[in-house]
Amino acid sequence: MTKIREAITAKVQATIPMERQIQGAHLYDKTRRWVTGTNGQKMFVESPIPPVDDLEIGEIDLSNPFLYRQGRWQSYFERLRKEAPVHYQANSPFGPFWSVTRHADIIAVDKNHDVFSAEPFIVIGVPPRFMDIEMFIAMDPPRHDLQRQAVQGVVAPKNLREMEGLIRSRVREVLDDLPVDEPFDWVQKVSVELTARMLATLLDFPYEQRRKLVQWSDLAASMEQTNGGPSDNDEVFAEMRSTVRELSALWYDKAARLAGGEEPGFDLITMLQSNENTKDLIDRPMEFLGNLTLLIVGGNDTTRNSMSGGVLALNQFPEQFEKLKANPDLIPNMVSEIIRWQTPLAYMRRIAKKDTILNGQFIREGDKVVMWYASGNRDEAVFERPDELIIDRPNARNHIAFGFGVHRCMGNRLAEMQLRILWEELLTRFEDIDVVADPEYVQSNFVRGISRLMVRLTPKATG
Amino acid sequence: MAVVTFVSHDGDTHQAPLEEGRSLMQVATENAVPGIDGDCGGEAACGTCHVVVDPAWAERVGSSEAGEEGMLAMNPEREPTSRLSCQMVLCEAWDGLTVRLPEFQM
Ligand code: HEM
Ligand code: FES
Repeated sequence: MTKIREAITAKVQATIPMERQIQGAHLYDKTRRWVTGTNGQKMFVESPIPPVDDLEIGEIDLSNPFLYRQGRWQSYFERLRKEAPVHYQANSPFGPFWSVTRHADIIAVDKNHDVFSAEPFIVIGVPPRFMDIEMFIAMDPPRHDLQRQAVQGVVAPKNLREMEGLIRSRVREVLDDLPVDEPFDWVQKVSVELTARMLATLLDFPYEQRRKLVQWSDLAASMEQTNGGPSDNDEVFAEMRSTVRELSALWYDKAARLAGGEEPGFDLITMLQSNENTKDLIDRPMEFLGNLTLLIVGGNDTTRNSMSGGVLALNQFPEQFEKLKANPDLIPNMVSEIIRWQTPLAYMRRIAKKDTILNGQFIREGDKVVMWYASGNRDEAVFERPDELIIDRPNARNHIAFGFGVHRCMGNRLAEMQLRILWEELLTRFEDIDVVADPEYVQSNFVRGISRLMVRLTPKATG
Repeated sequence: MAVVTFVSHDGDTHQAPLEEGRSLMQVATENAVPGIDGDCGGEAACGTCHVVVDPAWAERVGSSEAGEEGMLAMNPEREPTSRLSCQMVLCEAWDGLTVRLPEFQM
């Protein structure tokens, strides 16, 4: 046993150069911020956003990270869908960009990776150096395809079947411990906790430390240069170093346990280690880090905010909750409808690889093009009464929240399963889930997040 | 009446009327054939309408095109005669066509 442990320590140390790199990048970033005089200064300070009709069409700037929080987003998107479905914003804080707001146009862009490249980033802004680790969500084919093939088995339906029982029992534990008849924050106690458990299950990450996964991911996903979020670069770099250390340790620990004769699990690391192409992935640290981070970050905010969004939506449309209680078979369709209604990720960004025309607008090579899924999912041409949650909506599955084309969300079935299990288990326990205070929202132009949602549960009458 | 047949992973069969000019995905979803989602509405952009064509029919039906192939290539359950049913436009000559459904859609 000590031998194994020694081997692990030795190997972990071999990864220190990776940490050094991050340290170096951190210094670089600090210096840059000092030289440019932006150190300590926030890029974004919240101020009231005017009603959309007070603006000229060209002034509309969807990159404002407070648009969702202030509840102006619906009217902004609606005006663009009607008046300028392919719209140019010439001078946002992130530079000029095109906005695509209709469902059909978004599919046309998302499908066409020959013209619209996902490289080098899929957010509107530019991450600080070294925070731009390579992830296949931001690669074009053929590189994208190879990377995705290596990891997608872990969230493929066959593997999910193995995971379902464990995920369900972890959901039950959380729900059985919830306070009843007194207010609590659903986001912290349910959405964040369940997502942490789901990610820990996926990675077979040390279970007691699962909240770390969420902590890393939250910081990494809320940098101001990338999407207008509030996180502090110094903190992000510090977290990044601890992430690298712990994920490498996870890899070597797993390898040692496998070598020691432990049954192989159905987790991501085991899967990578048992595949010929990826068994040495740890020797390609940037790729290793990129793939793991992508799964953690990709699954984190999205799943969490669908769990919170569902409760919020059913409170805004209480007759739908009655419909659900009368017919729990609607859960799978409702899950799709909740994901449509919430649209946890507002957009993906592309760059035109050549001059092209999109719905009558001339887009130049090199232009940024942002596909606003949050708008496509409210497109009245596709969804009747689009702002309402309708749990038996016949075409709920046509939502665009998972994207389409080669980058279509890899975790879609896992997310659907996690949400289905949550609602199945909720319905057997609670008569009502009442939102008792106004929700609070995240600062970001990318993540459509709910940061606080106070609720009170009414248990089901027994007998 | 001309029909097409879907065989589920468990061996159940479902039939749908062959409507010329419509896609195999469309007739499947309109006739509530289980196991085909068709999330992108027929754009070859979601991969949730995957079917495996009976080898006896493979040649007549033809093989996948570039965009379709890109989506199929990402599917771990892909087989040699796999197609996206939204890209298969029905014609009279396909009366009696049989396709198998994968255990899961992507
Ligand atoms: C409701 C929950 C979720 C939503 C709304 C969501 C949304 C998205 C979107 C919009 C994309 C990009 C699609 C495009 O560019 O066309 C994406 C890609 C991705 N998602 Fe998700 N996601 C969710 C859950 C998850 C989960 C649970 C995981 C994994 C654990 C995950 C992993 C990924 C990965 C790896 C990619 C990159 C796929 C590629 O580039 O080929 N997602 N997701
Ligand atoms: S319906 Fe989406 S690929 Fe066929």
